[in-house]
Amino acid sequence: MNFAAEWTLPVMWAQQQVELEWWTWLRWGLWLVLGFVGIFPGVVAYMVWAERKVAARFQDRIGPNRVGPLGLLQPIADAIKLITKENIVPRAADQVVHLMAPVLLLVSAFLVLAVVPFGFGTSQVDNPAHFNGFVPIDPPAGILYLIAVASVGALAIFLAGWSSRNKYSLLGAMRAVAQLVSYEVPQVLSIIPVILWTGSLSLVAIMNQQLDQGWFLWSPPGLLAFTLLMIANLAEVNRTPFDLPEAESEIIAGYHTEYSGMRFGLFFLAEYLSVFAVCALTTVVFLGGGSLPFVDYPRLFGTETNTAYLITNGLAIGITAAKILFLVFVMFWVRATLPRLRVDRLMNFAWKTMVPLSLANVLIAAIWYECVIRPGQPVQALGFSLPKPVLGWLITLPLVLALLWLVFWINRREWNAEVKAARTGLTRGGLPGIVR
Amino acid sequence: MIIYNYIFVGLLLIVAIGFALAPLVLVALVAPRKQSLAKQDIYECGVRTFGETWIRFRIQYYIYAIMFLVFDIETLFLYPWAVAYGGLGLFALVEMIIFLAVLFVGLAYAWSKGVLRWV
Repeated sequence: MNFAAEWTLPVMWAQQQVELEWWTWLRWGLWLVLGFVGIFPGVVAYMVWAERKVAARFQDRIGPNRVGPLGLLQPIADAIKLITKENIVPRAADQVVHLMAPVLLLVSAFLVLAVVPFGFGTSQVDNPAHFNGFVPIDPPAGILYLIAVASVGALAIFLAGWSSRNKYSLLGAMRAVAQLVSYEVPQVLSIIPVILWTGSLSLVAIMNQQLDQGWFLWSPPGLLAFTLLMIANLAEVNRTPFDLPEAESEIIAGYHTEYSGMRFGLFFLAEYLSVFAVCALTTVVFLGGGSLPFVDYPRLFGTETNTAYLITNGLAIGITAAKILFLVFVMFWVRATLPRLRVDRLMNFAWKTMVPLSLANVLIAAIWYECVIRPGQPVQALGFSLPKPVLGWLITLPLVLALLWLVFWINRREWNAEVKAARTGLTRGGLPGIVR
Repeated sequence: MIIYNYIFVGLLLIVAIGFALAPLVLVALVAPRKQSLAKQDIYECGVRTFGETWIRFRIQYYIYAIMFLVFDIETLFLYPWAVAYGGLGLFALVEMIIFLAVLFVGLAYAWSKGVLRWV
């Protein structure tokens, strides 16, 4: 095979394989123009406003109220301000990388949202009880894709810190990468129970599975995995109490110290877009996307006629949005409540608490699958029969509690040993509570 | 069915880069530009910067990176296992218990050696 043929082969193959109808292109175009350029940035801009309002209320203030009614025009005023600010790039900075970093971060936050279903879409042709999802694309390896593009963010943050030629930026970037890779492990591990129960990596399949059997949240391993995922999400988007990469009391503003004007604005936008994205992911994975407990409205209304389609998906989008915004509110709440962690405790918490918990939780999730989800009666051999969920709770709840107790007991024992050793002068450092 | 999804990812990539660059272009057109020596210095902490910035960093970060690599690759094994679990049965569960036990031993070893200790 000659060189030219090798280059044209993939193109020819793609031309043969892909026969897209015009409405697929139309749907994608609408998603891109209305969703990704219109609604998502708009939602994110008002998330910033909401955070300022919520944080103000937590601190017994009023918050922005000058620009428009309730300060509702504040995001627009902020955008105008950012655009009219001078773009200052340090002489010594790496000019290309300095520009690339915020763009890359924003791109990574955008790409995550491509696979998250916000509604039910239409019924599947071969199985009318399941739905195709109101989503731009539904690749079979959706979660893998999502994790892959989300972890590009760590790279962007490091590029930002490195290119600034600023010691605090570099320090913040190093911290950020250490933190992001550490918390990526429990984040990725805590999604595994859901994949195990669904048997698919597609987010739409996960959504459908939860229509069949209820939210994945309602099981002991599910509750534990949800908690771990929420904590890891907080760390992955660098929010309090995990905002060490931009700890202003120690390292100025961390990796974005040298960024001003609109380039800083891009970082800001990307951060809030990631918050939105991880909350959307958590909603679909554990809170059942647009489904409600006890009311199976998507199958009640169906999607056959246009009216039914509009009602079902309108409800689904509303419910999904409510769940996402609730999780976002929880993140604001945590920020208003908790102080920043110290760097050694941050890393300890990731590796000594969250990783063991999420690893063992995978096995408990497998036990839950055997008890509840696998078809057939699991304990017929033992001569008694219980409802499957009751059996699952009876077996896995003690396991989860024992696991939690064990992990925290080991950590507490290590801590006590360190304190004791420090008191008797056996270690060179001081008390474990003091940064050496 | 599988491949055409990624056409959208390509389109989204273009749109996202455009969305990120558009305000920057706008800034270049609209915003004032008055360069000066002092303004374009590195800000750092407000005091004039000295010394080399791109220096070697401590080994701790590297060790955490290795730990991450170990667990990331392990996740790579866990994902296909989790997808296929329903069709594999109890044998797969036992196998994964053994695999995770080996990993736990690794984590415990790193822990006891003080690798996970941020000094």
